[in-house]
Amino acid sequence: MQPTSHRFKENVRGALADAALQRALRFFDFGQAGLAERRRQAVAKLPEFEALREQAKAIKDHTLANLDWYLERFEKNCTAAGGHVHWCRDAEEARQTVLDICRRVGARTVTKGKSMIGEEIAINDFLAANGIEPIETDLGEYIVQIRHEAPSHIIAPAIHLTKDQVAASFRDTHKQFDPARPLEEPRALLDEARGVLRQKFLEADVGITGANFLIAETGSSIIVTNEGNGDLTQLLPKAHIVLASLEKVVPTLEDAATILRVLARSATGQEMSVYTTFSTGPRRPGDLDGPGEYHVILLDNGRSQLLGTEFQEILRCIRCGACMNNCPVYASIGGHAYGWVYPGPMGAVLTPSLIGIENARHLPNASTFCGRCESVCPMKIPLPKLMRHYREQEYERRLAPATVRMGLAAWAFLARRPALYHSMARLAAGVLGRLGRRHGSFFNLPLATGWTATREMPAPQGKTFQAQWRARQRSKGRR
Amino acid sequence: MSNARTQILDGIRRSLKRGPLDQAAARALEMRLERPLRGPVPARTRGLDRDGLVRLFERLALEVNATVVRVRDLDAVPDAVADFLAAHNLPADIAMAPDPLLDRVPWHKRPLLNLRRGRSHGQDAVGLSAAFAGIAETGTLMLASGVDSPSTLNFLPETHVVVLPAARVVGPIEDAWDRLRAAQPGEQLAGPTMPRTVNFITGPSRTGDIEQKILMGAHGPRRLHIVIVEDESAGPQP
Ligand code: SF4
Repeated sequence: MQPTSHRFKENVRGALADAALQRALRFFDFGQAGLAERRRQAVAKLPEFEALREQAKAIKDHTLANLDWYLERFEKNCTAAGGHVHWCRDAEEARQTVLDICRRVGARTVTKGKSMIGEEIAINDFLAANGIEPIETDLGEYIVQIRHEAPSHIIAPAIHLTKDQVAASFRDTHKQFDPARPLEEPRALLDEARGVLRQKFLEADVGITGANFLIAETGSSIIVTNEGNGDLTQLLPKAHIVLASLEKVVPTLEDAATILRVLARSATGQEMSVYTTFSTGPRRPGDLDGPGEYHVILLDNGRSQLLGTEFQEILRCIRCGACMNNCPVYASIGGHAYGWVYPGPMGAVLTPSLIGIENARHLPNASTFCGRCESVCPMKIPLPKLMRHYREQEYERRLAPATVRMGLAAWAFLARRPALYHSMARLAAGVLGRLGRRHGSFFNLPLATGWTATREMPAPQGKTFQAQWRARQRSKGRR
Repeated sequence: MSNARTQILDGIRRSLKRGPLDQAAARALEMRLERPLRGPVPARTRGLDRDGLVRLFERLALEVNATVVRVRDLDAVPDAVADFLAAHNLPADIAMAPDPLLDRVPWHKRPLLNLRRGRSHGQDAVGLSAAFAGIAETGTLMLASGVDSPSTLNFLPETHVVVLPAARVVGPIEDAWDRLRAAQPGEQLAGPTMPRTVNFITGPSRTGDIEQKILMGAHGPRRLHIVIVEDESAGPQP
């Protein structure tokens, strides 16, 4: 996927003006029983959640500090179970390795479970260009694939779409069915996709999945799904290929249990996802089913370089999506605006880490610094701090234009003085709110023409974001 | 590719500002794998006796949209299965795991059950398996693949019926790992001693991918029915 992160500002403008997107994003409203609220309820039901979070963080910190040893141990045990481990430095090596396996087993079609690494290395386009048809099987991924789009969320890939858009895409794609069939209900859409994809599962020659974890103790890979698509993907074809990045490894089954306890709760508010599957090697002698080959792609793609830096902490990320589900910026613009594979707060840190700050310099600025992401992150990743590090880097490397640097210097002066900052912000918001009352927005702001030249600054409603957020949380608490 | 391997491992060590781990450090990690540490285990299963665990398992399984029935012993299983299928108007064509526990069930008591032993290729209406364990903590079934336990039964049929002896219900996930370790030669789960596939199943298949509306029956079974067998002699783990 060609990153468009450098065009973040334009992307945001498009997102805010996209009526269908804004309609879909209403499901993100913090008040509704959306993902954020479901997470909150699930966490409230588990008194040990905070202790589990601490332990989950400690497990990953320990593993990252000994990553070389744990990866070698994983390799040893995976190999002992008959699996093949392929070390790949970058996306190109990973793609080529996957293609070689597919070619060797004579693959024509490949089913795919959801994999962010698959997106990162753009495996679908590569396979298609080489005459092999990749079929996404997670319902959300399938929907975005037939629309030739990228997923907009790491656990809910089609969250930017309304059911009417999905229905239209199904009519365009599934020409084999009666064009007059009713597709108003989500149930009808699901049943149609289930039927179409069931056939694909049975026909596929290779199945590719991601991995939520790798386990050094056993040499296993783990996938977590609700649909069961990942299992059908890996169980039925001749070969199963696991796409995993280096930091997915954890030491033991017990460690996996600890992190699984925070994963599903943080992601969807479930205590456990429906299917958590531990896979260790290919079909054994006497087995009646299972893939004949089992391969694990161990992808680096820049991660080893993050170790030992302030950005090492992002490698604890378990891709639960809680940070984006609780992000006011994500809720306003959706995931595509971030311009690459990983959206939301974790993307604002991981994207510059992987494709370079010079290609994604706006992302660390896509934040209100409200701190919600860090407070919900089950792995206690200090996302705002990491974004700030990138802002500093950007500033130091003079990537930002001079006016921004000047403004930042003033902001830094205030930011180091919280009381002053708050009163200035309150003042500014109140003043601008009153000033803008007549039009509801500004066409020009002094010191901010870079902003108002391309967009109208909505007039503040008279309260700062922090104040409004607190009020909103308070009123929610009462419900 | 071995070149890539060396480069990645060297890169990791360079970033961590050290060489390969020395013997003492490696030994400490070795120990951590041999005697896995438990994290904070949720207290909800603590102090529960067998019956308490089974009741917690049942309640949580129902919460995730599974259906559960309890029967006294293996003799009562054919009625439980046949009645469930009839009540839901489902065909009685069953692909059954060639599992020793299921072979002890007197299926001839309900001759209309059309049982076939083996894996599924996708044509079966109902899959029937035996669980390795039930995890009370979350109402989760644990199934382990093997010569007598094909995993396709867990995913291809629209209805999945799972027989779970009460004696196999444990509290937290860690207890299930201990049972699995105890069932393996050498009590270590490394490489080939870990079953090829371990499935944790918590309710029937579902998706929330269309406007976040939760719908049952995405790609896996639309229904998950759990038959808990109370009789102790139905047996602990194989
Ligand atoms: S950064 Fe934290 S909250 Fe965000 S996806 Fe990763 S683990 Fe989840």
